Amino acid sequence: MSANQTLRADLQLIADWVAPSSRVLDLGCGDGALLSWLNRHKAVRGYGVDFDVNNVVRCVEAGVNAIQGNLETGLAEFEDQRFDHVVLSQTIQAMHNTEQILVEMLRVGREAIVTFPNFGYWENRWQILQGHMPVSETIPYEWYNTPNIHWCMLGDFEALCAKNGIRVLERVVMNEAKRIHFLPNLRGSLAFYRVARQPG
Amino acid sequence: MSDLTRSVGIVKAQIAEFDTPLHLASAAVLPAYQLCFETYGTLNAARSNAILICHALSGHHHVAGRYAADDKAAGWWDNMVGPGKPIDTDRFFVVGLNNLGGCHGSTGPSSINPATGQPWGSSFPVVTVPDWVRSQARLADRLGIDRWAAVIGGSLGGMQALQWSIDYPERVAHALVIASAPKLSAQNIAFNDVARQAILTDPDFHGGDFYAQHAIPRRGLRLARMLGHITYLSDDGMGEKFGRMLKSGDYQFGFEVEFEIESYLRYQGDKFSDYFDANTYLLMTKALDYFDPAKDLNDDLVAALRKASARFMVASFTSDWRFSPERSREIVKALVAADKEVVYGEIESVHGHDAFLMLDEPYVKLMRAYLNRVAEEVNA
Repeated sequence: MSANQTLRADLQLIADWVAPSSRVLDLGCGDGALLSWLNRHKAVRGYGVDFDVNNVVRCVEAGVNAIQGNLETGLAEFEDQRFDHVVLSQTIQAMHNTEQILVEMLRVGREAIVTFPNFGYWENRWQILQGHMPVSETIPYEWYNTPNIHWCMLGDFEALCAKNGIRVLERVVMNEAKRIHFLPNLRGSLAFYRVARQPG
Repeated sequence: MSDLTRSVGIVKAQIAEFDTPLHLASAAVLPAYQLCFETYGTLNAARSNAILICHALSGHHHVAGRYAADDKAAGWWDNMVGPGKPIDTDRFFVVGLNNLGGCHGSTGPSSINPATGQPWGSSFPVVTVPDWVRSQARLADRLGIDRWAAVIGGSLGGMQALQWSIDYPERVAHALVIASAPKLSAQNIAFNDVARQAILTDPDFHGGDFYAQHAIPRRGLRLARMLGHITYLSDDGMGEKFGRMLKSGDYQFGFEVEFEIESYLRYQGDKFSDYFDANTYLLMTKALDYFDPAKDLNDDLVAALRKASARFMVASFTSDWRFSPERSREIVKALVAADKEVVYGEIESVHGHDAFLMLDEPYVKLMRAYLNRVAEEVNA
């Protein structure tokens, strides 16, 4: 990857939330694009975690330290509060142990950044009204081959946070790289949350 | 022709003599010794492109290439080390050596003790991984290498790479620890002890001084190797290769070789007992058993690794039950807790512990990508 390459819009938003020189853990890091950009522009230290050895290889090629591991079994390789930011980008909806990973993220990190496709987006609702499961740019799968098994809308995610004593520090909802302020749960296709443990 | 078929070609072993006494962990002192080694590739002007390959239990300095064009077998890691290969001798200066206590040219139990004019035999001191690393550092001094671009090893070799990073932090840029462990488990020590017992109880062992009797404890070595071999393969891998295949097609109702796996193990055992020294086998397994860099630090591996300044690549193989992925993950966990840079790959393989010597595709890709990073850093 060239040094000047721009990040995908959703990753850029995450990158903007990361403090310079912080410690970052990127779960489901893929080819390491986010960490590679953060290394170069914000001098962060951190690791990517990915299930796929080919992604670990891509990370190494991008100069990113990646650890092969299965998020479903937790984050046993990481001690409590090792990181400033723990990122889970468009992966939580595909996990079996959804609640566990959210809790684990805030065990190993001070703040978690979670992004997911918003199931409440109007185009999804419209397709359901027409009698079909939604297929779109952010949900590019048919019902029978989708890895996405735990769909939620903004309110659902916020309720899960509340149940676990997690507070929302910041929320951004986007559609096609534009921020949505009015009726976000209807007009936004992608949700971004910055969350932390309730104090005390 | 693929990159993996190229070779370093014809190579020659060299000897380095050391006459500064080496103080060992056991408190014994080796007054003088020699190390047998080979090098491949060219040391660059900045002397920044050197890689040390540490060998495992039965390995040696002959890592790559052949001694003569008609040699049947190449060096033990010829598939990984050579021009265009992951450990690329067009870019790196690669050093392989035979460890102290070995039986391939470095001073060991079968060498002549100058003080007596007889083979060392049972009087050769027990050597540990830290002892080896210290002797290897002297070889690095001799070769003019202040800092290794990487120290690489599988199994017992990985333990040496780890020890290097702890004992000489300023001399190791990268440590590649493959199919290894932070220390052996009870089960693993148990396997080693059965292998040792096979040798120690062989009537031809003569308490380790069999050289003068013109005897070789062949049965013991053979059993030790057969046992070892079983633990280096996976059940699936063995099943795939041999299954229940019979040599003659039907049961013979006797105790001669019948199953192909029996034939294979006996052949491996016989071959091994022809060339490997029984005392060296004992020493190597002891070095494995004793390895525990956290022992003197209240079993705190994180504290031990905090001293390192190298960056790490750790790799394990899914079907390796002798040095399982869990053991490698212990190393990774400690490295993360010690705030070290680490890459970890858990390679899908049916080859068991032996996988570190094989070419499973993701393993080759990971090695190539990581060593490419190393090469770029040292301008190799």
